[in-house]
Amino acid sequence: MAAVSNHTASRRADRAEREDARIEISGLTKRFLTPGGELFTALRDVTFTVEPGQFCAVVGPTGCGKSTTLSMVSGLDRPSEGSVKVGGREVDGITDGVSFMFQADALLPWKTVLGNVLMGPVFRGVPKQEAHASARDWLRRVGLTGFEDRYPHQLSGGMRKRVAMAAALINEPKILIMDEPFGALDVQTKAIMSTELLSLWEQIRPSVIFITHDLDEAVALADRVVVMTSSPGSVKAVFDIDLPRPRGSVQEIRFQPRFTELQHQIWDTLREEVERAYARTAGGTA
Amino acid sequence: MSMTSTTTAAVPESAQASAAAAKRAARRRIASVWAGRIGLAVIAIGGWQACTTWGVVDPFFFGQPSGIAKRLVDLFQHGTEFGSFYSNIWTTIQEALIGFAVGALAGVVFGVALGQSRFLSDVLGPYIKMVNAIPRIVLGSIFIVAFGIGVLPKILLAAVLVFFIVFFNAFQGVREVDRNILANAKVLGASQTQIIRHVIVPSALTWIIASLHSAFGFAIVGALVGEVLGAQSGLGLVIKTAQNNFDPNGVFATMLVISVIVLGAEWLIGKLERRLLAWRPPAPSESNVL
Repeated sequence: MAAVSNHTASRRADRAEREDARIEISGLTKRFLTPGGELFTALRDVTFTVEPGQFCAVVGPTGCGKSTTLSMVSGLDRPSEGSVKVGGREVDGITDGVSFMFQADALLPWKTVLGNVLMGPVFRGVPKQEAHASARDWLRRVGLTGFEDRYPHQLSGGMRKRVAMAAALINEPKILIMDEPFGALDVQTKAIMSTELLSLWEQIRPSVIFITHDLDEAVALADRVVVMTSSPGSVKAVFDIDLPRPRGSVQEIRFQPRFTELQHQIWDTLREEVERAYARTAGGTA
Repeated sequence: MSMTSTTTAAVPESAQASAAAAKRAARRRIASVWAGRIGLAVIAIGGWQACTTWGVVDPFFFGQPSGIAKRLVDLFQHGTEFGSFYSNIWTTIQEALIGFAVGALAGVVFGVALGQSRFLSDVLGPYIKMVNAIPRIVLGSIFIVAFGIGVLPKILLAAVLVFFIVFFNAFQGVREVDRNILANAKVLGASQTQIIRHVIVPSALTWIIASLHSAFGFAIVGALVGEVLGAQSGLGLVIKTAQNNFDPNGVFATMLVISVIVLGAEWLIGKLERRLLAWRPPAPSESNVL
């Protein structure tokens, strides 16, 4: 317990340092060369900002370049035009202090649960004992004590997500990027995982970009919701969610009148885009 | 978990009875499989023996099981004109093992390197395909001319045969690495060597190990062909001598010994596979096959 409060104290102390967790995306454009040799614009002039420690959800129809945006924030991919700045510095190569969570498991099937969570510290060259201690601590926080020696294939989908969450958070990232992390889970597990994510996020407070198709999930979790249009992807509207924190259970917040109000507001904006995207794919197949 | 245990506790008699029945059925199945196996061997070997005894087939050209057994005992007891049978076996095993190790190692290193680098694989790709299209057994003649009739040319031939099998598998294995896992490791701050060590090699290992099974067979083929082409010792030389003496029983006897060696190696590789790939979920087919 003492260690934990110590942690929070030190974290408050370097609040100034956390300023480098601000993500500024400005004029971001990404073009691809299709296999047919045509130029395809996936993103056009995307601009939005995520404040330090803010939880930002990005919603939009399929194929609006949400994932592409994320890979440029993490530095896995380069923009064609525009820039991504993290803490005022332009992203160039892998951004430092970023963790990623994908929809598909990114766990190594040949490593045990403990081995998977250890990856972050090991890659950073943290001494072995310290790394083990913090990996065990994180496994405890996600409720997986006793499962250290299991392999991913021996776990349920929800448990694998928890391992992924521990693996993503163990480095105490300043930025957490989540690409539909709970998309493949059933509704109940998804609600439980979302609630757990919120409580863990409140402990270390990274800036989060969270991609989802699920508008309810976006409103329940986020401080800010960015609605994107599809092909080419661009920002249609940005909503600030003023639901109070800590929000507690994600399932219960859905019944608050303010939640419904915000949800309706955003849906009105989003619906048009979804219908347009749907008409395009349906027209393509007909 | 507790649900199932309570149900089994509640109806112990019928559960036990059905478990016993299942066990009996499994035992019966195993017994009939073995009966089939032994029966097949008796028919094949007995038929061969009978045909040669009754003069349907001439044992002078096609050998005879009893003759092969006698020849085998003779080989082990009296050896060959070029040293004891054991020393010949050892020569071949040595050549095959060293060739296998060299070829497999080179295959893994090149496979991983080329699988990683788009540029290297684009440059070297066509040449590797060309070399692969050459009937590589013929290289044995070149190695004998260049390096004499010692063990070196046999090792080289075995290594070349092994290399290509392992190389193509390692290359493919590296190409199949999950993009998400790779991206995740990069974001977590892994260096290139860490990515190779923690992600790429373990991922490619499934492919590499699978290739090792067939690769050892090729190592033996390489060593034997090298010996047939020219050698002072080795099982290939024993076979060649038997051939020149019109002794089919000698050829078959040596063949038997070679297959025992390959089966032994196969078993060892299987053990290695289970050890290295312990993390894999059990495949449904693996549980009841062998």
